[in-house]
Amino acid sequence: MKQSKAFYYIPYGLWIGLFVIAPVVLIVYQSFFSVSGHFTLGNYANYFHSGVYLKMTFNSVWYAFLITALTLLISYPTAYLLNQLRHKQLWLLLIILPTWINLLLKTYAFIGLLSRGGSVDNFLSIVGIGPKQLLFTDASFLFVATYIEIPFMILPIYNAIAELSPSYVNASRDLGASSWQTFSRVIFPLTLDGVKSGVQAVFIPSLSLFMITRLIGGNRVITLGTAIEQHFLVTQNWGMGSTIGVVLIVAMLITMLLTGERRKKRRTNHAK
Amino acid sequence: MAKTIIEFQDIVKEYGDTKVLKGINFEIEQGKFYTLLGPSGCGKTTILRIIAGFTDATRGNVMFDGKKINNVPANKRKVNTVFQDYALFPHLNVFDNVAFPLNLRKVPKKEIRTKVLDALRMVQLSGFEEREISEISGGQQQRVAIARALVNEPDVLLLDEPLSALDMKLRKEMQYELRALQQRLGITFIFVTHDQEEALAMSDEIFVMNAGQILQTGSPVDIYDEPINHFVADFIGESNIVRGHMVADYRVAFAGKEFDCVDAGMRQNEPVEVVIRPEDLDITTVEKGALTITVDTQLFRGVFFEITGHDDTGNMWRIQSIHSTEVGAKVGAYFDPEDIHVMRFNESEEDFDARLETYEGEDSDR
Ligand SMILES: Nc1ncnc2c1ncn2[C@@H]1O[C@H](COP(=O)(O)OP(=O)(O)O)[C@@H](O)[C@H]1O
Ligand SMILES: [Mg+2]
Repeated sequence: MKQSKAFYYIPYGLWIGLFVIAPVVLIVYQSFFSVSGHFTLGNYANYFHSGVYLKMTFNSVWYAFLITALTLLISYPTAYLLNQLRHKQLWLLLIILPTWINLLLKTYAFIGLLSRGGSVDNFLSIVGIGPKQLLFTDASFLFVATYIEIPFMILPIYNAIAELSPSYVNASRDLGASSWQTFSRVIFPLTLDGVKSGVQAVFIPSLSLFMITRLIGGNRVITLGTAIEQHFLVTQNWGMGSTIGVVLIVAMLITMLLTGERRKKRRTNHAK
Repeated sequence: MAKTIIEFQDIVKEYGDTKVLKGINFEIEQGKFYTLLGPSGCGKTTILRIIAGFTDATRGNVMFDGKKINNVPANKRKVNTVFQDYALFPHLNVFDNVAFPLNLRKVPKKEIRTKVLDALRMVQLSGFEEREISEISGGQQQRVAIARALVNEPDVLLLDEPLSALDMKLRKEMQYELRALQQRLGITFIFVTHDQEEALAMSDEIFVMNAGQILQTGSPVDIYDEPINHFVADFIGESNIVRGHMVADYRVAFAGKEFDCVDAGMRQNEPVEVVIRPEDLDITTVEKGALTITVDTQLFRGVFFEITGHDDTGNMWRIQSIHSTEVGAKVGAYFDPEDIHVMRFNESEEDFDARLETYEGEDSDR
């Protein structure tokens, strides 16, 4: 009995060991070596002292925040609306569909749309706004990143709303709450876990975006993701690249702690 | 007579092609305990939802205090609901759940505290304010739901099978408590159940429903003693229902014999159904008995023996007797004329009441 149970852990254990623990250990290990292969704490010193990396970190967090905020702003109402529709599963599928297409392909599609002489540019000319530089701007970067992340935000929120028992809404109305009060005091707090999952699913990957920053943002936005790519592929400074990787991992852990399910410490009316 | 607070005028509810309510009419008077009783799916919850304002009637008027409220939203109705699944907000603790309606109305904090503590005391949950909803039992959750619904001081409280999730013992206890609470507060209760015992024990007035219609309205005693038709007789308690015909006023024939009875106002030789409750039948000797019954089964039920048997014409009879007998034995079954209740086929409640009126009036004249 015990033995057969242990057997089921083998695939999981192998996976975790080979693809999660080992890479993390390797990255942490690498981050303590200089370009010339000597053990050093210099990479970390460099990260904290040269303003460049701190600025990059700030940039990454800031843009990830913007992307997450925009995505949330669009996704919550959408998820809510989807749940009211008759064929909601179908509509949801249509929203999830684009995630089945390769990210690189979608990015190239946007280059086609946004570049000089592209469809959007042409359209702007026709309506009389005139040709505009669209590609390689902050706005286009945010736009494309938001577009790509939206399904990952909608899905958990949609599920949270779908699972919400309609009798909570009825109860709230019954007790005298207006539609807005019902939303802010009942529906939103009860679907907050879905929002948190969505934020995790969007914020964490957005921290290390690099392809879109380059292809759509035109490297105007330098994030930690871009820096890691540069260090590993261009400057061959694996130590520094790994150090930034460690910083990213720590940032992800912090995000997960902040958005994870915490045992609520509650205040009550009469404790106030 | 007490003031009418809620009135349904020809309420019809349709979902697509299916008629869920087929023309419901009733008046609810202030301060009474009403029960909607009927099998699952007959439309009880739908009636509550229409009163509370969670769904619209397809046709007909819902009147509240003499005013039509079909278009008044749920949050503006002076009615509160205790839901079947309680619907307590899981992100709020007991105190905040009960305080929810008061917070919405921006009642001063101090007053909220007093009112919530009073409400919790009323349902015997003092000291549970800080508990999470997940940390209290089903029975306690139910009390919180009642406290939350009452803290707003509604004119009418709607309760949708609030006891069905509780175990037998707690259920009986809550029946007493709910009834006592209603009488103390003087609020109108509209209580939904599919349990006839519960309905009989608690109500001032019962509406017996089936398939989207109200079949009979009356006090528990009226409905138990004088069911209008086969369905009501069968649904409310155990019954022996056999076919027969009226020989004349106060004279009915069934099981191949004629008996005195207390029913009248029917055509001569009209086919009827006769109801005799098992507890009204007594076992005696064949000579003394009104009917001769061959015993088929006998079960000991603690307080009585439950005996089933058949008469000479093949009717099945169920008898609750304090004396035991033997399977296969022939016994006499005895009953009084008052124990017989005669029902006409397809008689409407209005006709039924009108007919009772005519001869019950005569009775008192004599
Ligand atoms: N939203 C709905 N759509 C379609 N049919 C419904 C809906 N709600 C209830 N019904 C139907 O209406 C009938 C009465 O339901 P309900 O009032 O809940 O019965 P009860 O509470 O007496 O068990 C049932 O047959 C049910 O299937
Ligand atoms: Mg129901």
